[in-house]
Amino acid sequence: MILVFIEHKDCVLNKTSLEAITAAQGIGKDLGLKISAVIPCDKDCALAQEISNYDLEKVIMAKNEKLGIYTPDGYTDAWEQVIKATNPTYVIMAHTYQVRDFAPKLAARFGKEVVGDCIRYRNEDGKLVFTRRIFLGKLDADVIIEGDAPYFVTFQSGAFRGDNAEKGGSANIETMDVEVGEIRMKPEAPFQEAKASIDLTKSAIIVAVGRGIKSQENIEKAQELADALGADLAASRPICDAEWLPIDRQIGSSGQTVAPKVYIALGISGAIQHIVGMKNAGTIIAINKDAEAPIFDIADYGIVGDIFDAMPVLVEEIKKAKS
Amino acid sequence: MKIIVLMKQVANKDAVLRVGNDEKWIDESDIAHQTNESDGYALEEALRMKEAKGEGEVVVCTLGGQSAKTVIKDALARGADRGIHIIVENDQKLSPHQIAKTIADAIRDENADLIFTGLQSDDASYGQTGVILAELLGIPHATIVIDIDRESLNGNLRVKRELESGWYQWFVYQLPALLTIQSGISQIRYASLKGIMAAKRKEIKEVTPTIEDFGAAQQIQKVYMPLKTKQTQMLGDGDVKRGAAELVEKLKTEIRVI
Repeated sequence: MILVFIEHKDCVLNKTSLEAITAAQGIGKDLGLKISAVIPCDKDCALAQEISNYDLEKVIMAKNEKLGIYTPDGYTDAWEQVIKATNPTYVIMAHTYQVRDFAPKLAARFGKEVVGDCIRYRNEDGKLVFTRRIFLGKLDADVIIEGDAPYFVTFQSGAFRGDNAEKGGSANIETMDVEVGEIRMKPEAPFQEAKASIDLTKSAIIVAVGRGIKSQENIEKAQELADALGADLAASRPICDAEWLPIDRQIGSSGQTVAPKVYIALGISGAIQHIVGMKNAGTIIAINKDAEAPIFDIADYGIVGDIFDAMPVLVEEIKKAKS
Repeated sequence: MKIIVLMKQVANKDAVLRVGNDEKWIDESDIAHQTNESDGYALEEALRMKEAKGEGEVVVCTLGGQSAKTVIKDALARGADRGIHIIVENDQKLSPHQIAKTIADAIRDENADLIFTGLQSDDASYGQTGVILAELLGIPHATIVIDIDRESLNGNLRVKRELESGWYQWFVYQLPALLTIQSGISQIRYASLKGIMAAKRKEIKEVTPTIEDFGAAQQIQKVYMPLKTKQTQMLGDGDVKRGAAELVEKLKTEIRVI
Protein backbone atom coordinates (compact mmCIF):
# COMPACT_ATOMS: atom_id res chain seq x y z
CA MET A 1 0.00 0.00 0.00
CA ILE A 2 0.88 3.67 -0.24
CA LEU A 3 0.53 6.26 2.51
CA VAL A 4 0.06 9.87 1.52
CA PHE A 5 0.51 12.77 3.94
CA ILE A 6 -2.25 15.34 4.38
CA GLU A 7 -0.71 18.56 5.70
CA HIS A 8 -2.89 21.08 7.47
CA LYS A 9 -2.86 23.93 9.92
CA ASP A 10 -5.80 24.02 12.32
CA CYS A 11 -7.66 21.58 10.06
CA VAL A 12 -7.23 23.84 7.01
CA LEU A 13 -5.74 21.87 4.14
CA ASN A 14 -2.38 22.68 2.59
CA LYS A 15 -3.37 22.35 -1.06
CA THR A 16 -0.10 20.73 -2.09
CA SER A 17 -1.38 17.63 -0.29
CA LEU A 18 -3.82 17.19 -3.18
CA GLU A 19 -0.81 17.12 -5.51
CA ALA A 20 0.60 14.36 -3.31
CA ILE A 21 -2.69 12.46 -3.65
CA THR A 22 -2.46 12.78 -7.46
CA ALA A 23 1.11 11.46 -7.37
CA ALA A 24 0.14 8.59 -5.05
CA GLN A 25 -2.82 7.67 -7.26
CA GLY A 26 -0.54 7.51 -10.29
CA ILE A 27 2.00 5.33 -8.52
CA GLY A 28 -0.81 3.22 -7.08
CA LYS A 29 -2.14 2.50 -10.59
CA ASP A 30 1.33 1.71 -11.92
CA LEU A 31 2.17 -0.71 -9.15
CA GLY A 32 -1.28 -1.99 -8.23
CA LEU A 33 -1.16 -0.54 -4.72
CA LYS A 34 -3.99 0.84 -2.62
CA ILE A 35 -3.67 4.27 -1.03
CA SER A 36 -4.46 5.60 2.41
CA ALA A 37 -4.22 9.23 3.48
CA VAL A 38 -2.75 10.10 6.88
CA ILE A 39 -3.87 13.17 8.84
CA PRO A 40 -2.09 13.87 12.13
CA CYS A 41 -4.40 15.89 14.40
CA ASP A 42 -5.29 16.46 18.04
CA LYS A 43 -9.01 15.93 17.49
CA ASP A 44 -11.50 14.44 15.04
CA CYS A 45 -10.06 16.41 12.18
CA ALA A 46 -12.56 18.46 10.22
CA LEU A 47 -10.54 17.65 7.10
CA ALA A 48 -11.10 13.91 7.22
CA GLN A 49 -14.52 14.09 5.58
CA GLU A 50 -13.24 16.23 2.71
CA ILE A 51 -10.28 13.93 2.07
CA SER A 52 -12.48 10.82 2.18
CA ASN A 53 -14.15 12.04 -1.03
CA TYR A 54 -10.97 11.25 -2.95
CA ASP A 55 -10.35 7.86 -4.47
CA LEU A 56 -8.57 6.31 -1.50
CA GLU A 57 -8.98 3.15 0.49
CA LYS A 58 -8.79 4.76 3.88
CA VAL A 59 -8.27 8.03 5.65
CA ILE A 60 -6.22 7.44 8.79
CA MET A 61 -6.58 10.07 11.48
CA ALA A 62 -3.48 9.78 13.65
CA LYS A 63 -4.75 11.30 16.85
CA ASN A 64 -2.99 12.62 19.93
CA GLU A 65 -3.49 15.75 22.01
CA LYS A 66 0.12 16.76 21.26
CA LEU A 67 -0.53 16.98 17.51
CA GLY A 68 -2.56 20.18 17.59
CA ILE A 69 0.39 22.28 16.52
CA TYR A 70 3.17 20.92 14.35
CA THR A 71 6.45 19.83 15.90
CA PRO A 72 9.01 17.54 14.24
CA ASP A 73 9.13 15.32 17.35
CA GLY A 74 5.36 14.94 17.54
CA TYR A 75 4.84 14.27 13.84
CA THR A 76 7.72 11.80 13.66
CA ASP A 77 6.39 9.77 16.60
CA ALA A 78 2.88 9.73 15.16
CA TRP A 79 4.03 8.72 11.68
CA GLU A 80 6.35 6.05 13.02
CA GLN A 81 3.40 4.24 14.56
CA VAL A 82 1.18 4.59 11.51
CA ILE A 83 3.93 3.10 9.35
CA LYS A 84 4.55 0.25 11.78
CA ALA A 85 0.84 -0.52 11.86
CA THR A 86 0.28 -0.41 8.10
CA ASN A 87 3.58 -1.54 6.48
CA PRO A 88 3.40 0.72 3.42
CA THR A 89 5.56 0.23 0.34
CA TYR A 90 5.67 3.97 -0.38
CA VAL A 91 5.19 7.04 1.76
CA ILE A 92 4.41 10.00 -0.50
CA MET A 93 4.47 13.63 0.58
CA ALA A 94 4.54 17.09 -0.98
CA HIS A 95 7.97 18.69 -0.54
CA THR A 96 6.82 21.51 1.73
CA TYR A 97 8.85 23.29 4.39
CA GLN A 98 7.08 21.21 7.04
CA VAL A 99 7.85 17.94 5.27
CA ARG A 100 11.48 18.97 4.84
CA ASP A 101 11.53 19.43 8.60
CA PHE A 102 10.30 16.00 9.71
CA ALA A 103 10.42 13.52 6.79
CA PRO A 104 14.21 12.90 6.89
CA LYS A 105 13.97 12.28 10.65
CA LEU A 106 11.09 9.86 10.13
CA ALA A 107 12.92 8.01 7.36
CA ALA A 108 16.07 7.81 9.49
CA ARG A 109 14.06 6.11 12.22
CA PHE A 110 13.40 3.29 9.76
CA GLY A 111 17.03 3.26 8.62
CA LYS A 112 16.00 4.98 5.39
CA GLU A 113 16.37 8.31 3.66
CA VAL A 114 14.07 10.48 1.58
CA VAL A 115 14.18 10.79 -2.18
CA GLY A 116 13.28 14.43 -1.97
CA ASP A 117 11.88 17.20 -4.14
CA CYS A 118 11.21 14.94 -7.14
CA ILE A 119 9.75 16.52 -10.25
CA ARG A 120 8.50 13.30 -11.89
CA TYR A 121 8.80 9.53 -11.86
CA ARG A 122 8.58 6.74 -14.37
CA ASN A 123 7.81 3.07 -14.00
CA GLU A 124 10.45 0.70 -15.37
CA ASP A 125 9.04 -2.81 -15.07
CA GLY A 126 7.64 -2.25 -11.62
CA LYS A 127 10.71 -0.34 -10.38
CA LEU A 128 10.21 3.38 -10.02
CA VAL A 129 12.80 5.85 -11.25
CA PHE A 130 12.50 9.33 -9.74
CA THR A 131 13.85 12.53 -11.21
CA ARG A 132 15.32 15.20 -8.97
CA ARG A 133 16.63 18.58 -10.01
CA ILE A 134 20.16 19.24 -8.77
CA PHE A 135 22.81 21.99 -9.02
CA LEU A 136 20.23 24.74 -8.53
CA GLY A 137 18.16 23.52 -11.45
CA LYS A 138 21.00 23.18 -13.93
CA LEU A 139 20.85 19.38 -14.11
CA ASP A 140 18.37 16.56 -13.62
CA ALA A 141 19.22 13.29 -11.91
CA ASP A 142 17.37 10.00 -12.30
CA VAL A 143 17.41 8.24 -8.96
CA ILE A 144 16.48 4.75 -7.76
CA ILE A 145 16.13 3.53 -4.19
CA GLU A 146 17.88 0.40 -3.01
CA GLY A 147 16.76 -1.94 -0.25
CA ASP A 148 13.39 -2.84 1.18
CA ALA A 149 10.25 -0.80 1.75
CA PRO A 150 9.15 1.59 3.06
CA TYR A 151 10.38 4.09 0.48
CA PHE A 152 9.99 7.76 1.32
CA VAL A 153 9.42 10.11 -1.62
CA THR A 154 8.54 13.80 -1.75
CA PHE A 155 7.42 15.71 -4.83
CA GLN A 156 8.10 19.32 -5.66
CA SER A 157 5.22 21.75 -5.54
CA GLY A 158 3.62 21.79 -8.99
CA ALA A 159 5.06 18.43 -10.10
CA PHE A 160 1.47 17.12 -10.13
CA ARG A 161 -1.81 18.94 -10.41
CA GLY A 162 -3.96 18.91 -7.30
CA ASP A 163 -7.14 19.25 -9.36
CA ASN A 164 -6.25 15.96 -11.09
CA ALA A 165 -6.66 14.07 -7.82
CA GLU A 166 -9.42 11.57 -8.50
CA LYS A 167 -12.55 11.64 -6.43
CA GLY A 168 -15.07 8.86 -6.23
CA GLY A 169 -15.85 6.31 -3.65
CA SER A 170 -15.97 7.17 -0.03
CA ALA A 171 -12.92 6.14 1.87
CA ASN A 172 -13.36 4.79 5.36
CA ILE A 173 -12.23 7.17 8.04
CA GLU A 174 -10.26 5.35 10.67
CA THR A 175 -9.02 6.86 13.90
CA MET A 176 -5.67 5.61 15.11
CA ASP A 177 -4.75 6.73 18.61
CA VAL A 178 -1.00 7.20 18.51
CA GLU A 179 1.47 7.66 21.31
CA VAL A 180 3.68 10.71 21.22
CA GLY A 181 6.72 10.91 23.46
CA GLU A 182 8.45 13.95 24.85
CA ILE A 183 8.28 17.00 22.57
CA ARG A 184 11.70 18.62 22.92
CA MET A 185 10.79 21.91 21.24
CA LYS A 186 8.12 24.39 22.32
CA PRO A 187 6.28 25.96 19.41
CA GLU A 188 4.84 29.45 19.63
CA ALA A 189 1.98 30.55 17.37
CA PRO A 190 2.85 31.00 13.67
CA PHE A 191 2.58 34.58 12.44
CA GLN A 192 2.93 36.70 9.31
CA GLU A 193 5.49 39.47 9.22
CA ALA A 194 4.14 42.98 8.76
CA LYS A 195 1.58 42.71 6.01
CA ALA A 196 3.01 42.95 2.55
CA SER A 197 2.56 46.48 1.28
CA ILE A 198 2.38 45.22 -2.27
CA ASP A 199 0.34 42.30 -3.52
CA LEU A 200 2.25 41.04 -6.54
CA THR A 201 -0.31 38.29 -7.12
CA LYS A 202 -2.52 40.98 -8.68
CA SER A 203 0.16 42.36 -11.03
CA ALA A 204 -0.43 42.02 -14.76
CA ILE A 205 3.21 42.55 -15.66
CA ILE A 206 6.20 41.87 -13.44
CA VAL A 207 9.81 42.85 -14.04
CA ALA A 208 11.98 40.78 -11.71
CA VAL A 209 15.67 41.15 -10.99
CA GLY A 210 18.18 38.59 -9.77
CA ARG A 211 21.87 38.43 -8.95
CA GLY A 212 22.66 39.75 -12.42
CA ILE A 213 21.63 43.25 -11.31
CA LYS A 214 24.91 43.32 -9.37
CA SER A 215 24.34 46.29 -7.08
CA GLN A 216 21.68 48.23 -5.27
CA GLU A 217 22.29 51.30 -7.43
CA ASN A 218 21.33 49.32 -10.53
CA ILE A 219 17.86 48.53 -9.18
CA GLU A 220 16.86 51.95 -10.48
CA LYS A 221 17.52 50.85 -14.06
CA ALA A 222 15.14 47.93 -13.68
CA GLN A 223 12.63 50.28 -12.06
CA GLU A 224 12.77 52.51 -15.15
CA LEU A 225 11.94 49.52 -17.32
CA ALA A 226 9.10 48.53 -15.01
CA ASP A 227 7.75 52.09 -15.11
CA ALA A 228 7.92 52.21 -18.90
CA LEU A 229 5.94 48.97 -19.10
CA GLY A 230 3.51 49.79 -16.31
CA ALA A 231 4.88 46.79 -14.47
CA ASP A 232 5.62 45.99 -10.83
CA LEU A 233 9.19 45.38 -9.76
CA ALA A 234 10.02 42.10 -8.03
CA ALA A 235 13.13 40.10 -7.20
CA SER A 236 14.62 36.71 -6.49
CA ARG A 237 15.69 35.85 -2.98
CA PRO A 238 19.35 37.02 -3.00
CA ILE A 239 18.23 40.55 -3.83
CA CYS A 240 15.86 40.69 -0.86
CA ASP A 241 18.42 38.98 1.40
CA ALA A 242 20.80 41.79 0.53
CA GLU A 243 17.98 44.24 1.30
CA TRP A 244 18.23 45.89 -2.10
CA LEU A 245 14.47 45.44 -2.33
CA PRO A 246 12.02 44.78 0.52
CA ILE A 247 11.04 41.19 1.22
CA ASP A 248 7.46 41.74 0.06
CA ARG A 249 8.86 41.95 -3.48
CA GLN A 250 10.35 38.47 -3.28
CA ILE A 251 9.07 35.82 -5.69
CA GLY A 252 9.55 32.13 -4.95
CA SER A 253 8.92 29.43 -2.41
CA SER A 254 9.67 31.67 0.55
CA GLY A 255 8.06 34.73 -1.05
CA GLN A 256 5.02 35.29 -3.23
CA THR A 257 3.69 32.95 -5.89
CA VAL A 258 2.52 34.88 -8.91
CA ALA A 259 0.95 34.27 -12.30
CA PRO A 260 1.02 37.59 -14.17
CA LYS A 261 0.32 37.94 -17.87
CA VAL A 262 3.99 38.73 -18.51
CA TYR A 263 7.03 38.00 -16.36
CA ILE A 264 10.38 39.47 -17.34
CA ALA A 265 13.32 37.86 -15.53
CA LEU A 266 16.45 40.02 -15.60
CA GLY A 267 19.66 38.31 -14.56
CA ILE A 268 17.76 35.54 -12.77
CA SER A 269 19.33 32.13 -13.28
CA GLY A 270 16.17 30.24 -12.37
CA ALA A 271 16.85 28.23 -9.22
CA ILE A 272 13.97 25.92 -8.35
CA GLN A 273 13.01 28.05 -5.37
CA HIS A 274 12.38 30.97 -7.69
CA ILE A 275 10.75 29.05 -10.50
CA VAL A 276 8.03 27.56 -8.30
CA GLY A 277 6.91 31.12 -7.62
CA MET A 278 6.47 32.27 -11.22
CA LYS A 279 6.31 29.36 -13.64
CA ASN A 280 2.59 29.82 -14.21
CA ALA A 281 3.03 33.28 -15.71
CA GLY A 282 1.35 33.65 -19.12
CA THR A 283 4.48 34.68 -21.00
CA ILE A 284 7.93 34.33 -19.50
CA ILE A 285 10.77 36.43 -20.87
CA ALA A 286 14.33 35.83 -19.71
CA ILE A 287 17.43 37.92 -20.24
CA ASN A 288 20.62 36.37 -18.92
CA LYS A 289 24.26 36.33 -19.92
CA ASP A 290 24.50 32.57 -19.27
CA ALA A 291 22.93 30.71 -22.20
CA GLU A 292 22.74 27.59 -20.01
CA ALA A 293 20.78 29.28 -17.20
CA PRO A 294 17.78 27.11 -16.25
CA ILE A 295 15.44 30.10 -16.56
CA PHE A 296 15.62 29.61 -20.34
CA ASP A 297 14.06 26.16 -19.95
CA ILE A 298 10.77 27.70 -18.95
CA ALA A 299 11.01 30.94 -20.95
CA ASP A 300 8.85 31.70 -23.96
CA TYR A 301 11.28 34.35 -25.16
CA GLY A 302 14.95 34.56 -24.31
CA ILE A 303 17.81 36.96 -24.91
CA VAL A 304 21.34 35.84 -24.13
CA GLY A 305 23.45 38.79 -23.07
CA ASP A 306 24.12 41.53 -20.59
CA ILE A 307 20.99 42.97 -19.00
CA PHE A 308 22.69 46.36 -18.81
CA ASP A 309 22.86 46.46 -22.60
CA ALA A 310 19.26 45.32 -22.91
CA MET A 311 17.52 47.52 -20.35
CA PRO A 312 18.11 50.98 -21.90
CA VAL A 313 17.14 49.74 -25.36
CA LEU A 314 13.98 48.19 -23.95
CA VAL A 315 13.03 51.42 -22.16
CA GLU A 316 13.66 53.49 -25.26
CA GLU A 317 11.82 51.16 -27.65
CA ILE A 318 8.85 50.79 -25.28
CA LYS A 319 8.54 54.55 -25.00
CA LYS A 320 8.67 54.82 -28.78
CA ALA A 321 6.08 52.10 -29.22
CA LYS A 322 3.77 53.76 -26.74
CA SER A 323 3.98 57.22 -28.20
CA MET B 1 29.37 27.13 24.45
CA LYS B 2 30.68 24.91 21.68
CA ILE B 3 29.13 25.29 18.23
CA ILE B 4 30.01 22.96 15.37
CA VAL B 5 29.29 24.34 11.91
CA LEU B 6 29.01 21.87 9.04
CA MET B 7 30.16 23.36 5.76
CA LYS B 8 30.40 21.85 2.31
CA GLN B 9 32.40 22.66 -0.76
CA VAL B 10 30.26 22.83 -3.89
CA ALA B 11 30.67 23.83 -7.53
CA ASN B 12 30.78 27.58 -8.04
CA LYS B 13 27.37 29.07 -8.80
CA ASP B 14 28.58 30.50 -12.09
CA ALA B 15 30.50 27.41 -13.20
CA VAL B 16 29.48 25.97 -16.55
CA LEU B 17 28.58 22.38 -15.74
CA ARG B 18 29.30 19.43 -18.00
CA VAL B 19 28.00 15.94 -17.43
CA GLY B 20 30.83 13.57 -16.50
CA ASN B 21 31.84 10.53 -18.54
CA ASP B 22 30.01 8.08 -16.31
CA GLU B 23 26.88 10.28 -16.58
CA LYS B 24 26.41 10.01 -12.83
CA TRP B 25 27.74 13.41 -11.75
CA ILE B 26 29.30 16.51 -13.26
CA ASP B 27 32.79 16.55 -14.70
CA GLU B 28 34.65 17.96 -11.69
CA SER B 29 37.89 18.66 -13.49
CA ASP B 30 38.52 22.38 -13.97
CA ILE B 31 35.41 23.29 -11.98
CA ALA B 32 35.78 26.29 -9.68
CA HIS B 33 34.47 25.68 -6.17
CA GLN B 34 32.96 27.74 -3.41
CA THR B 35 31.52 27.23 0.05
CA ASN B 36 27.88 26.26 -0.08
CA GLU B 37 25.90 29.48 0.28
CA SER B 38 23.69 28.69 3.28
CA ASP B 39 26.67 27.09 5.10
CA GLY B 40 28.37 30.49 4.96
CA TYR B 41 25.38 31.98 6.76
CA ALA B 42 25.50 29.12 9.29
CA LEU B 43 29.10 30.07 10.11
CA GLU B 44 28.24 33.75 10.41
CA GLU B 45 25.42 33.00 12.82
CA ALA B 46 27.69 30.77 14.92
CA LEU B 47 30.34 33.52 15.14
CA ARG B 48 27.70 36.06 16.17
CA MET B 49 26.38 33.68 18.84
CA LYS B 50 29.84 33.26 20.30
CA GLU B 51 30.40 37.02 20.26
CA ALA B 52 27.06 37.67 21.95
CA LYS B 53 27.75 35.05 24.57
CA GLY B 54 31.26 36.40 25.17
CA GLU B 55 32.76 32.93 25.31
CA GLY B 56 32.77 29.69 23.44
CA GLU B 57 34.29 27.85 20.55
CA VAL B 58 33.26 27.61 16.90
CA VAL B 59 34.43 24.41 15.24
CA VAL B 60 34.02 24.10 11.50
CA CYS B 61 33.64 20.62 10.04
CA THR B 62 33.62 19.57 6.42
CA LEU B 63 33.35 16.24 4.65
CA GLY B 64 35.06 16.11 1.29
CA GLY B 65 38.24 15.60 -0.66
CA GLN B 66 41.53 17.43 -0.11
CA SER B 67 40.32 20.47 -2.07
CA ALA B 68 37.58 20.99 0.53
CA LYS B 69 40.23 22.13 3.01
CA THR B 70 39.83 25.57 1.43
CA VAL B 71 36.40 25.77 3.03
CA ILE B 72 37.89 25.19 6.49
CA LYS B 73 40.75 27.62 5.95
CA ASP B 74 38.34 30.29 4.81
CA ALA B 75 36.12 29.70 7.87
CA LEU B 76 39.14 29.89 10.19
CA ALA B 77 40.12 33.19 8.60
CA ARG B 78 36.64 34.54 9.28
CA GLY B 79 36.92 33.63 12.95
CA ALA B 80 36.22 29.94 13.52
CA ASP B 81 38.53 28.48 16.19
CA ARG B 82 39.48 25.13 14.73
CA GLY B 83 38.57 22.69 11.98
CA ILE B 84 37.74 19.03 11.46
CA HIS B 85 38.26 17.69 7.96
CA ILE B 86 36.60 14.35 7.30
CA ILE B 87 38.49 13.26 4.24
CA VAL B 88 36.36 11.48 1.67
CA GLU B 89 37.30 11.72 -1.98
CA ASN B 90 34.36 11.38 -4.39
CA ASP B 91 31.93 12.22 -1.62
CA GLN B 92 29.19 12.72 -4.22
CA LYS B 93 28.88 8.94 -4.21
CA LEU B 94 27.63 8.97 -0.62
CA SER B 95 23.92 9.09 0.12
CA PRO B 96 22.61 11.57 2.71
CA HIS B 97 22.32 8.89 5.38
CA GLN B 98 25.91 7.81 4.80
CA ILE B 99 27.09 11.41 5.02
CA ALA B 100 25.14 12.00 8.23
CA LYS B 101 26.39 8.75 9.78
CA THR B 102 30.00 9.51 8.91
CA ILE B 103 29.75 13.01 10.38
CA ALA B 104 27.94 11.72 13.49
CA ASP B 105 30.80 9.29 14.18
CA ALA B 106 33.39 12.03 13.68
CA ILE B 107 31.81 14.67 15.93
CA ARG B 108 29.88 12.70 18.57
CA ASP B 109 32.64 12.95 21.17
CA GLU B 110 32.85 16.71 20.74
CA ASN B 111 29.54 16.94 22.65
CA ALA B 112 28.69 20.26 21.04
CA ASP B 113 25.99 22.48 22.52
CA LEU B 114 24.83 23.46 19.06
CA ILE B 115 25.34 22.14 15.55
CA PHE B 116 24.65 24.45 12.62
CA THR B 117 24.38 23.51 8.96
CA GLY B 118 23.12 25.31 5.90
CA LEU B 119 19.59 24.28 5.00
CA GLN B 120 20.69 22.38 1.89
CA SER B 121 23.61 22.03 -0.45
CA ASP B 122 23.58 23.76 -3.80
CA ASP B 123 24.87 20.66 -5.61
CA ALA B 124 23.04 17.47 -4.60
CA SER B 125 20.38 19.46 -2.69
CA TYR B 126 19.35 16.56 -0.49
CA GLY B 127 18.43 18.95 2.32
CA GLN B 128 18.41 16.17 4.91
CA THR B 129 21.95 15.62 6.19
CA GLY B 130 21.37 17.86 9.22
CA VAL B 131 18.03 16.36 10.15
CA ILE B 132 19.29 12.77 9.89
CA LEU B 133 22.38 13.74 11.87
CA ALA B 134 20.21 15.14 14.68
CA GLU B 135 18.24 11.90 14.79
CA LEU B 136 21.44 9.82 14.86
CA LEU B 137 22.86 11.95 17.68
CA GLY B 138 19.55 11.87 19.55
CA ILE B 139 19.18 15.66 19.70
CA PRO B 140 16.27 17.87 18.59
CA HIS B 141 16.48 19.95 15.42
CA ALA B 142 14.92 22.90 13.64
CA THR B 143 15.19 23.49 9.90
CA ILE B 144 15.08 26.68 7.83
CA VAL B 145 16.05 28.92 10.74
CA ILE B 146 15.96 32.61 9.80
CA ASP B 147 16.63 34.24 13.19
CA ILE B 148 17.97 33.36 16.62
CA ASP B 149 17.04 35.36 19.67
CA ARG B 150 20.44 36.08 21.20
CA GLU B 151 18.74 37.41 24.33
CA SER B 152 17.79 33.80 25.02
CA LEU B 153 21.38 32.59 24.88
CA ASN B 154 21.67 32.01 28.60
CA GLY B 155 18.52 29.98 28.91
CA ASN B 156 16.50 28.01 26.44
CA LEU B 157 17.25 29.02 22.90
CA ARG B 158 14.50 30.75 20.91
CA VAL B 159 14.78 30.27 17.16
CA LYS B 160 12.62 31.59 14.34
CA ARG B 161 11.73 29.20 11.56
CA GLU B 162 10.61 30.25 8.12
CA LEU B 163 7.36 28.68 7.01
CA GLU B 164 5.92 29.16 3.54
CA SER B 165 4.25 32.20 1.95
CA GLY B 166 5.59 34.79 4.38
CA TRP B 167 4.73 32.93 7.60
CA TYR B 168 7.15 32.42 10.49
CA GLN B 169 7.17 30.63 13.82
CA TRP B 170 9.33 30.77 16.94
CA PHE B 171 10.32 27.57 18.73
CA VAL B 172 12.12 27.22 22.05
CA TYR B 173 14.82 24.58 22.42
CA GLN B 174 16.88 23.15 25.21
CA LEU B 175 20.45 22.49 24.19
CA PRO B 176 21.99 20.53 22.67
CA ALA B 177 20.19 21.07 19.37
CA LEU B 178 20.87 21.14 15.64
CA LEU B 179 19.72 24.04 13.48
CA THR B 180 19.74 24.28 9.68
CA ILE B 181 20.24 27.89 8.71
CA GLN B 182 18.49 29.76 5.89
CA SER B 183 20.46 32.07 3.59
CA GLY B 184 20.07 35.73 4.45
CA ILE B 185 19.90 35.31 8.24
CA SER B 186 22.55 38.04 8.54
CA GLN B 187 25.20 39.78 6.46
CA ILE B 188 28.30 37.65 6.09
CA ARG B 189 31.60 39.19 7.22
CA TYR B 190 34.75 39.19 5.17
CA ALA B 191 37.95 37.67 6.43
CA SER B 192 40.29 40.35 7.76
CA LEU B 193 44.02 40.31 7.08
CA LYS B 194 44.52 39.66 10.78
CA GLY B 195 42.07 36.78 10.57
CA ILE B 196 43.87 35.29 7.61
CA MET B 197 47.20 35.46 9.46
CA ALA B 198 45.70 34.02 12.64
CA ALA B 199 44.10 31.15 10.71
CA LYS B 200 47.51 29.75 9.85
CA ARG B 201 48.08 28.82 13.48
CA LYS B 202 44.69 27.20 14.01
CA GLU B 203 44.29 23.46 14.25
CA ILE B 204 42.74 21.38 11.47
CA LYS B 205 42.19 17.80 12.55
CA GLU B 206 42.02 15.26 9.77
CA VAL B 207 39.73 12.27 10.10
CA THR B 208 39.86 9.35 7.70
CA PRO B 209 36.56 7.55 8.19
CA THR B 210 35.44 4.07 7.28
CA ILE B 211 32.34 4.50 5.16
CA GLU B 212 29.74 1.91 6.00
CA ASP B 213 27.55 0.40 3.32
CA PHE B 214 24.00 1.63 3.43
CA GLY B 215 21.48 -0.75 1.93
CA ALA B 216 18.68 1.80 1.58
CA ALA B 217 20.73 4.38 -0.30
CA GLN B 218 19.29 6.40 -3.15
CA GLN B 219 21.48 6.05 -6.18
CA ILE B 220 21.88 8.41 -9.06
CA GLN B 221 21.52 6.42 -12.26
CA LYS B 222 22.05 9.23 -14.66
CA VAL B 223 22.42 13.01 -14.74
CA TYR B 224 21.54 15.10 -17.78
CA MET B 225 20.56 18.56 -18.91
CA PRO B 226 16.90 19.20 -18.01
CA LEU B 227 14.42 18.43 -20.73
CA LYS B 228 12.96 21.62 -22.03
CA THR B 229 9.31 22.00 -21.26
CA LYS B 230 8.85 24.98 -23.52
CA GLN B 231 9.86 26.06 -26.99
CA THR B 232 11.88 29.17 -26.30
CA GLN B 233 12.17 31.77 -29.03
CA MET B 234 15.67 33.19 -28.75
CA LEU B 235 15.85 36.81 -29.86
CA GLY B 236 18.72 38.89 -31.19
CA ASP B 237 20.95 36.00 -32.15
CA GLY B 238 23.71 37.06 -29.78
CA ASP B 239 23.15 40.78 -30.31
CA VAL B 240 21.51 41.95 -27.09
CA LYS B 241 20.41 45.33 -28.38
CA ARG B 242 18.78 43.79 -31.42
CA GLY B 243 17.20 41.20 -29.14
CA ALA B 244 15.77 43.98 -26.95
CA ALA B 245 14.29 45.74 -29.96
CA GLU B 246 12.78 42.48 -31.22
CA LEU B 247 11.35 41.82 -27.78
CA VAL B 248 9.53 45.15 -27.71
CA GLU B 249 8.05 44.27 -31.10
CA LYS B 250 6.80 40.96 -29.63
CA LEU B 251 5.42 42.74 -26.57
CA LYS B 252 3.46 44.94 -28.94
CA THR B 253 2.26 42.55 -31.63
CA GLU B 254 2.17 39.09 -30.06
CA ILE B 255 1.93 39.48 -26.30
CA ARG B 256 0.00 42.73 -26.70
CA VAL B 257 0.82 44.52 -23.49
CA ILE B 258 2.10 47.73 -25.03
